[in-house]
Amino acid sequence: MTSAIVVSGLHKSYGSTHALDGLDLEVATGEVHGFLGPNGAGKSTTIRVLLGLLRGDEGDVSLLGGDPWRDAAKLHRRLAYVPGDVNLWPNLTGGEVIDLLGRLRGGLDPKKRDDLLRRFDLDPTKKGRTYSKGNRQKVALVAALASDVELLLLDEPTSGLDPLMEEVFRQCIEEERHRDRTVLLSSHILSEVEALCDRISIIRRGKVVETGTLADLRHLTRTSIQAELAAAPNGLAQLPGVHGLDVEGNRVRCEVDTAQLEGLMKQLAASGIKSLVAQPPTLEELFLRHYEDDAVAPEPVGAVR
Amino acid sequence: MNDFAGTSTLVRLALRRDRVIVPVWILVFVGMAASSAQASISLYPEVQDRVSAAETSNSSPALVSLYGRIFDPTSLGEVSLFKLTSFGALLVGLLAALLVVRHTRTEEETGRLELLSAGVLGRYAALTSALIVSVSTVLVLGLLTALSLIGVGLPASGSFAFGLTWAAAGLAFAAVAAVAAQVTEGARTANGLIAVALGVSYVLRALGDSASEGGARWISWLSPIGWAQQIRPYAGDRFLVVLAPLALMVVLVSAAFALIRRRDVGAGLIRPRPGPATAAPSLRSPLALAWRLHRGSLYGWGFGFLLLGFVVGNIASDVDGFVSSQSAKDLVEKLGGVSGLTDSFLSAEMGILGLLASAYGIQAALRLRSEETALRAEPLLATGVTRARWLGSHVAMALFGTGVLIMLGGLGSGISSGASLDNMGSQVPRMLAAAAIQLPAIWLVTALVVLLFGLAPKLITAAWGLFVAFVLLGQFGPIFDLPQGLMDISPYAHTPRLPGGDFTAAPVIWLAAIAAALALTGLTTFRRRDIG
Repeated sequence: MTSAIVVSGLHKSYGSTHALDGLDLEVATGEVHGFLGPNGAGKSTTIRVLLGLLRGDEGDVSLLGGDPWRDAAKLHRRLAYVPGDVNLWPNLTGGEVIDLLGRLRGGLDPKKRDDLLRRFDLDPTKKGRTYSKGNRQKVALVAALASDVELLLLDEPTSGLDPLMEEVFRQCIEEERHRDRTVLLSSHILSEVEALCDRISIIRRGKVVETGTLADLRHLTRTSIQAELAAAPNGLAQLPGVHGLDVEGNRVRCEVDTAQLEGLMKQLAASGIKSLVAQPPTLEELFLRHYEDDAVAPEPVGAVR
Repeated sequence: MNDFAGTSTLVRLALRRDRVIVPVWILVFVGMAASSAQASISLYPEVQDRVSAAETSNSSPALVSLYGRIFDPTSLGEVSLFKLTSFGALLVGLLAALLVVRHTRTEEETGRLELLSAGVLGRYAALTSALIVSVSTVLVLGLLTALSLIGVGLPASGSFAFGLTWAAAGLAFAAVAAVAAQVTEGARTANGLIAVALGVSYVLRALGDSASEGGARWISWLSPIGWAQQIRPYAGDRFLVVLAPLALMVVLVSAAFALIRRRDVGAGLIRPRPGPATAAPSLRSPLALAWRLHRGSLYGWGFGFLLLGFVVGNIASDVDGFVSSQSAKDLVEKLGGVSGLTDSFLSAEMGILGLLASAYGIQAALRLRSEETALRAEPLLATGVTRARWLGSHVAMALFGTGVLIMLGGLGSGISSGASLDNMGSQVPRMLAAAAIQLPAIWLVTALVVLLFGLAPKLITAAWGLFVAFVLLGQFGPIFDLPQGLMDISPYAHTPRLPGGDFTAAPVIWLAAIAAALALTGLTTFRRRDIG
């Protein structure tokens, strides 16, 4: 598998602010890659380095096999970018902006353009200054999605869209996946990333702290278990990877490191399982685990009180 | 809810935002008046000197149309300050109007006002607070100017009248701005309307003042700048004339409030119409986009230049007949001309058109920075457009635009002076050449913006400062008798004086070469820096 984007050890400072602090990121060709992080983590800075708008201080960046700083214009013909903050020229209509951006990228599929306008319910005859934030976002989305490109760089593309339009956006990305296009989707909307992305990188304070498929990441965290047993359990507390154990007669609740799930199941089965509920960790839990500890020292999940 | 609720909060917000820029402007005006008065007072110690200087000036329609008439040739104050009376009033009017737009339409366009409107804010609060800030600014400016003039030794009553002259123009144009800000959704258009109003006022005053005795001098009374001048500081001190701008203010401000009542927040009187759903086939390059963005203001400026050219050419045809005394001829020649009174007048006026065209060039090139900070450059640079092509598109529009403007000025003056001197066939090409020769200096100043854009984008507005410094060196350098080496810093000092003067290629080539070097350095540094 080739990689559309390879970033290693990327640093970028603005004055005394260290926006990127040794960031590594790899996006495989043909995958939809989620780029998760809270405001100010460095998502936009990374994307703008990938676009050659900013120059990294240190580290290697390769985009579609080229150097985004040196070959910017050449590479840009093969990608489309949707910024999180779309500003339009006040006296150009949305339709004009879509056509202009498409032409500057080297081509636009007119059928797809009309189809997207219809699906996003966007009036292309309005002037730039009269669009709402959501509609400005749609202009950039239509321009990007209607272009015939290999790579989509989307920086919080659904900000300002209503839930109905978010759904349209998801369908569009689904379709792009079937066309084998590569998508880097920066977002802080977890459900969006969970629904769309093959792989995810979580960024925090200018560093990627976790990367992999959702399944991989889940593996790193805990599954919560509720079980009703035939007899009182024993030996659970000694099992590795079991946390927050709460036993009430024949009922058991606990959290278990996903890697240690098998051991726990064997031990529970020894007491005879009458019912069992296992919940995989949500992305929220994954995500929060990486952010919570900024404010307060983490409390062990489900600690015994 | 009270329609004025929140006004005082907005006034405080505006004062906080303007705490540096407004005091700086006030100081510039006060300093300009005081230093100019001081320098001129020593030039005319005796009544006789003043009378002869005043008669020279009054007998030259060119000077009268540019600066206005001197009402009392014996008055020390008036002879010292007449160049600043209507010219300064124009600038104070501009300042007052820009302040109003800055705190009304600009706030509305960017959506900041909407944020505030969600709180307790009456619908008239924004305009009222902007007017309070603008009016207080011009009143303080007028008062401090009066005190500084008393300080350099001019009579108190006349000094207060002079301060009032400036403030009166500020009041009138603050009111004009109050209406202009209601008309469209864009602050840029509002500023454009104000520029037109200022230009028309100045031209009306010039026409009325340069009319002959018994002619249509009443035309000056159609102009707020004419009213300001009719206060006649140091020559009668007619304080009551200030009632005219005050009456205009009452009318226009009531109109503005009535307009606010009829429109939504963010909307203008003129509703934007829908445009084409698809782009024209020609809109396929950064240059085509730049043309779309610049053409509106270029049309407006172009019309103005053609008109100015006609006016200038028309006045020029009278110069020889009007200026009879030797001292007048000396003075006009000192203004920058070389040989032939008409030619020297025309070449001086062409220099002024060159300065105005430079202002257009600076403003057009500054578009680079405003596109960048408004995040509109980024989506373009994320397509197949290189940085060089994007920068080149706006620079090309700035250079092309200044070229169009100055040539229109040359054409207009050539046609009107040629028509009245009956030598159209030779006068038009002469004036076009005189116009073209201004371009290297104009382009150099425009290229300074490009240099700053690449090298120090945050300091890019310093280009205006440099421009003003060059203008002051050119206009006041000779009065203050500054060393030639210092005055030569200004690129405008090296433009050959055409028509009539000698043409030497070397300085023109040098100016063009320096302009090219500055622009290329700007491009090179821009290609190496971060966007944003």
